[in-house]
Amino acid sequence: MRKYLSFFRLRFSMGLQYRAAAAAGIVTQFAWGGMEILVYRAFYRADAAAFPMTMQQVSAYIWLQQAFLALFMSWMMENEIFDGIRNGNVVYELCRPVDLYAMWFSRSMANRLSKAVLRCFPILLIAAILPDPYGMGLPVSVSAAGLFLVGMTLGLIVTVAFCMLVYGFTFFTISPDGLRIFCVSAVELLAGEILPLPFFPDGLRRIVELLPFASMQNVPLRIYSGNISGTEAIRAVGLQAFWAAALILAGRAVLNKACSRMTIQGG
Amino acid sequence: MIEVQHLHKTFRVARRDAGFAQACRSLFRREYEEIRALDDISFTIQEGEMVGYIGPNGAGKSSTIKVLSGILVPDSGTCIINGRVPWKERVRHVKEIGVVFGQRTQLWWDVPVIDSFELLRDIYEIPEEIYRENREELTELLNLAELLRTPARQLSLGQRMRCEIAASLLHSPKILFLDEPTIGLDAVSKLAVRDFIRKQNEKHGTTVILTTHDMQDIEALTDRIILIGKGKILLDGSLTDIPGAEENLDLAVANLYHQYGI
Repeated sequence: MRKYLSFFRLRFSMGLQYRAAAAAGIVTQFAWGGMEILVYRAFYRADAAAFPMTMQQVSAYIWLQQAFLALFMSWMMENEIFDGIRNGNVVYELCRPVDLYAMWFSRSMANRLSKAVLRCFPILLIAAILPDPYGMGLPVSVSAAGLFLVGMTLGLIVTVAFCMLVYGFTFFTISPDGLRIFCVSAVELLAGEILPLPFFPDGLRRIVELLPFASMQNVPLRIYSGNISGTEAIRAVGLQAFWAAALILAGRAVLNKACSRMTIQGG
Repeated sequence: MIEVQHLHKTFRVARRDAGFAQACRSLFRREYEEIRALDDISFTIQEGEMVGYIGPNGAGKSSTIKVLSGILVPDSGTCIINGRVPWKERVRHVKEIGVVFGQRTQLWWDVPVIDSFELLRDIYEIPEEIYRENREELTELLNLAELLRTPARQLSLGQRMRCEIAASLLHSPKILFLDEPTIGLDAVSKLAVRDFIRKQNEKHGTTVILTTHDMQDIEALTDRIILIGKGKILLDGSLTDIPGAEENLDLAVANLYHQYGI
């Protein structure tokens, strides 16, 4: 366990050194979040009753999404892993007495967390002082806050486990691009990155909510904003736990298969 | 002890002629050629031996090293290193070996070398005392004192290679695989690296297997050479077994390649 923690630490401290990237990210996420809220504002002024979430809930959803962007965004995959698979540097990682899956998993977690830590506070702070309904208040209850934290953790695990699956498949396709573009687009839509899932048509939403993508950011963000609560929230968190376990098992299987038939090309 | 018997490994390589028409044709019909990377390879290496593994480009040297380090699974044949099959007990096996691939890097690019070393300490679960001892010894012998606090990306090739070699010896491996460790190094760095490998072998009894195209490496380091070509072992003996080796080693080896038609 210690080796993975140590790996996590190195990766985390590496992530902390990119200050300029973090500053740029904060500015972008503000602009993006602000723009989204303006769009929703226009819609809600036309007819607020026509929408499944209140303006306040949507604002909280958007600000949290922007603050913790690095935890859940599907396009933030590790280029170093893709490069390592493509150019064969992965040999060195296989020459170590470590479990490749666990090592890459802890590395991805560290990378996402270090990015999020650098970026979240300014955004959360400003979102907290914006006037209602465009800012973000505290969670509706203590139990919602607790569930939110559990949901965040599980959501991060599901996201990373999904990326691990993509890394695993890259061993077979050589070029990661096609697979990556496909997966990123699928996740962007189905995880509620572009549009929160409550805005989907009812029949479609019911199906989409069962998919692993809905177990990423959708659950914690909706719990925080109060859009889902009580047993519904607990059931959603349970589903997250299921998908986390299932994706980890699948990812491990793919990676094992890949390693057993792998050839490292070039001298 | 390393015991290798009847290793075989075949790769499938897609081939086509030059040109657009051929590229279109290969969309529908693809021709594959089977390349025998390893064709009935057998040898035994005793503990503490230093062996030079030579052969022309594409002979199967790196493939052998990859099998021995547990990364590549052969099609058939057996390989037992200190009682273990490398690709079956990969994790336990790699704890006892050190590997340097001259053309790749194992140091983390953006952090000082010392951070990479400490990570390796945790990965290999090296006790603090032994880690300190080894690090100090390696720092002194390879002259790393000033390099350790520099990020790996800012090192020159020779500096980096010295750090790479140190990195693969921190956990006191019993067997060291060096895949072209002197590639691209200047004369001074080459001598330093060779000197160091020899000392490591004398002092710790480390088994060293070295692949290289630099015959001076072989001359300086190894008593025994294994010559491989087109996946087959052609010669297993000492340098004196190569005719004309005394006068001009490079020429003698080139003649030998020519003679075997590889």
